[in-house]
Amino acid sequence: MTIVAETFVLPERRSPAGRLSDFFWRHPHVLLTVLLGPPLLWLGVVYLGSLFALLLQSFFSIDEFSGLINYEFTLATYRQLLSEANLDIILRTVSMAALVTLFSAFIAFPIAYYAARYARGKWKALFYLAVMLPLWSSYLVKVYAWKLILAKEGILTWIFEKLNLLWLLDAWLALPIVGGNSLSVSYTGTFIVFVYVWMPFMILPIQAALERVPANLIEASSDLGGTPAQTFRHVLFPLALPGVVAGSIFTFSLTLGDYIIPQIIGSSRLFIGQAVYAQQGTAGNIPLAAAFTVVPIVIMGAYLWMAKRMGAFDAL
Amino acid sequence: MTTAVLFDNISRHFGAVRAVDRVNLSIAEGEFFAMLGPSGSGKTTCLRLMAGFEQPTAGHIEIFGETAEGVPPYRRSVNTVFQDYALFPHLSILDNVAYGLMVKGIGREERRKAAEDALAMVKLPGYGTRRPGQLSGGQRQRVALARALVNKPKVLLLDEPLGALDLKLREQMQEELKSLQKSLGITFVFVTHDQGEALSMADRVAVFNEGRIQQLGRPEDVYNQPKTRFVADFVGSSNVLTAKLCQRLGLQASFASLRPEAVAIAPAADGALSLSGTVAGRSFLGATNRIVVDVDGNRIAVASPAAHSVPAIGSPVTISFAARDLHPMEDA
Repeated sequence: MTIVAETFVLPERRSPAGRLSDFFWRHPHVLLTVLLGPPLLWLGVVYLGSLFALLLQSFFSIDEFSGLINYEFTLATYRQLLSEANLDIILRTVSMAALVTLFSAFIAFPIAYYAARYARGKWKALFYLAVMLPLWSSYLVKVYAWKLILAKEGILTWIFEKLNLLWLLDAWLALPIVGGNSLSVSYTGTFIVFVYVWMPFMILPIQAALERVPANLIEASSDLGGTPAQTFRHVLFPLALPGVVAGSIFTFSLTLGDYIIPQIIGSSRLFIGQAVYAQQGTAGNIPLAAAFTVVPIVIMGAYLWMAKRMGAFDAL
Repeated sequence: MTTAVLFDNISRHFGAVRAVDRVNLSIAEGEFFAMLGPSGSGKTTCLRLMAGFEQPTAGHIEIFGETAEGVPPYRRSVNTVFQDYALFPHLSILDNVAYGLMVKGIGREERRKAAEDALAMVKLPGYGTRRPGQLSGGQRQRVALARALVNKPKVLLLDEPLGALDLKLREQMQEELKSLQKSLGITFVFVTHDQGEALSMADRVAVFNEGRIQQLGRPEDVYNQPKTRFVADFVGSSNVLTAKLCQRLGLQASFASLRPEAVAIAPAADGALSLSGTVAGRSFLGATNRIVVDVDGNRIAVASPAAHSVPAIGSPVTISFAARDLHPMEDA
């Protein structure tokens, strides 16, 4: 059956949904407001508001005597933050986050490159599955599983033993800072688990960025005389940089804020997340906890500013 | 004369697909060589074999007497102008053009000067600080050309470089490319699916179909004496006369080609051949009228000068042509 319109303008739809469609068509900005309003309110008021409240807290101080918060503007909490013990925590966390980020990017790039350039059909599906699968199981389960893997009686020690490489493991564990009694109580163990847990957050943005690099740019570079290394340095990496930066924001900020992994795997020395947890919980020092949370925000802000200055987002 | 590019029985198969199938060709130094064919005919794969992006499944390639198999693209003195230009979006125009010199380790000042000269050559002086995204299609095309030519390649490969441009710009670029090639003396290998472009620019044309060269020769010869039915059809849409019609005209051939512009709507003069039929269609093409005449079920197109009167559809007409314009062809 065909419907032949009698007039140029089709009859108006009488249903409320039809009228709404007409209204939105005439006023597209209203539709935009309706769609974006709730999430923006959520982000703007609830999220930014509480962040601001948190920031405000860091400018108050705690009364040593009564343990009550003194609501007067002061920089005393920041002075406390910059004490040697706390600086130690910050330095430890930032170094760990930086190393985890660098190493993750190093491992993730070839995987992402393979997925973006070569994987097709079922191999691509398999890639997504393999990358996402770890995210399906509980974070805690994975971390405890790693504790068993890295333990002195664990499978890793066993493998080293079977390969007659136990001396290598022992030599590594004998090193200062990165070593310890076993991998599960060393910074090396914390590092391995961080890299494992955040890996998907690094692979996926890099893969998305590489996917957008046209293959003929790689060919053009090669055609103009660029060796594979030069093509990587001058074409592929700069164009994938927004993805690498996005991935590193994830791994960096997630490591800065995490308080579970260093508690389960690693030495007993605190990371920022643990410090915040301890200060706002047992110690009841909300201002210092707030001051600690300001650290990652400042670092991330500085990091993004530097990335922008280095031209990381020029290709966007 | 030195041979720039030599294909000796080259095949390139992708699984069961024979993209290029036993192709032989030899391109002379300084020649403007066009590879013409429909999409999927193997012409672009041949170009990629010269650039080094593909390796032959079988056969032997020589570029200026040196074996090309196994030589990576970055070690070939051959540069490509890509179909969609492939300019680096994160680099300025100047850095794009200087890229080839940069990766070869030439100093900053020297390569800046060379790149500016190359930009001036393609009539884009002073555009160096812009980004590819700020240029029009025609300008990007010129930048791609400058980026390739600044390396002084021994062979310049052009992969449908004018495909994305509008007609006016395309015609202008055709002339510029031609004169550039003449003044530089570089061997140009040009891939196109536009027969007009191939015929007007090239010294020699290779017509590709299904991975093979159907005909290779000077544009005039390919146009006037198509060797196969495919060439007759693809290059300038010749009339293809069947064996039966050929026989009626006293020619022993399975097929014959007849150019529309070689046919006139007029009774046969001395020594000319003629056929009678009815007018089946007509269309105005500007300089000519294209009139389709039905001769016992065979449709023969006639290019009639626009000044001549056009017979009405359905009216009986006699068409005539010289015997030498009828070219016998192979059956393919």
